[in-house]
Amino acid sequence: MLLLLLGIVILHAAALVLLFVSTIVSAWTTGSTSSSDLWNNCSTISGGYHCDPAYTGEWIQAVQALMILSIIFSFISLFLFFCQLFTLQKGGRFFVTGVFQILASLFVMSGAVIYTVMSPNWVPVSEAYGWAYILAWVAFPLALISGLIYVILRKRE
Amino acid sequence: MLTILALASVILLGIVPQQSEAIVIYTGWERHALVGSDIRLSCSFFSWRWTSDDVTFSWSYRADGARDSISVFHYTGGSPYVDNKGPFRDRLEFVGNPGRRDGSILLKNLDYGDNGTFTCDAKNPPDIVGRASSVRLLVFEKVPIQAGVITGAIIGAVLGLLVLVVVIYYLMRFLVARRVFNLSVSKHGKKGKGKEGSQQRQ
Repeated sequence: MLLLLLGIVILHAAALVLLFVSTIVSAWTTGSTSSSDLWNNCSTISGGYHCDPAYTGEWIQAVQALMILSIIFSFISLFLFFCQLFTLQKGGRFFVTGVFQILASLFVMSGAVIYTVMSPNWVPVSEAYGWAYILAWVAFPLALISGLIYVILRKRE
Repeated sequence: MLTILALASVILLGIVPQQSEAIVIYTGWERHALVGSDIRLSCSFFSWRWTSDDVTFSWSYRADGARDSISVFHYTGGSPYVDNKGPFRDRLEFVGNPGRRDGSILLKNLDYGDNGTFTCDAKNPPDIVGRASSVRLLVFEKVPIQAGVITGAIIGAVLGLLVLVVVIYYLMRFLVARRVFNLSVSKHGKKGKGKEGSQQRQ
């Protein structure tokens, strides 16, 4: 029982860490001379490394908001899990925890989808997607599975 | 002894200001403007000396991507001389006040070709040692939305919705509990306390 609990918490924490790293690190798109992420477009052209803030475009701000919201919801879900662990009746389901975690995974998915669709607008098409972008896509199924486990799980003892 | 001291202090006062002499020029860092609008580029300086009659202001312009800069404005001998051959002919106007150390210029009817760096250099004889200061001009079709406005709006809206849902949930629970309590008591016809009493009185 304790092992299962530990496993679930580790899964949740892993999804949360992936979300954090993906949102903050500057590697959503990488090319030979530049890298950009949700917050900056950095490039090394004409002898100098300079970054422009990603203010151009309403969609990039929507992606920023969705990623931040997914982190917030995942946090709230972790907090609610520990609350419900101690206050739930025997046989009860961690329903609210699961709902928040599933919502977080949906936010990550919509953020990644919007970024995929709109990225030709603000980075050249020739550049490849970076590893932070891939982390976002990995965090989505992890969070979804974690949320579903919470919804199915019943409290024992 | 006293005369030697007085002489030494006068000489020192004469020497020290020369070493701390340097003119400091202030312009903005970056200016944003819409196509077709006017913009005022300000330039002022700080100098330890009084503003002399021979103060000069000089503006030069280097387009984005160009290698060298061209001179577009010069103020000397009490008169301003604006660009009459270059890209700013008939569009540049001097709106500064040299007596108050203000050498600002007004650019009219901006276009995308005006993107670039404007450098102001001022001299206040005998205070002539100083670094010119540059301001970057960015011309937009429409003013871009500030970074973070939409982000904050979306986050605020979703969190507000969450709080609203929670509040409504607890409110519904509270109201349903009240009604259920009232219903069961009136069914059994017992005299209640508190709320039920007030309900029957009504």
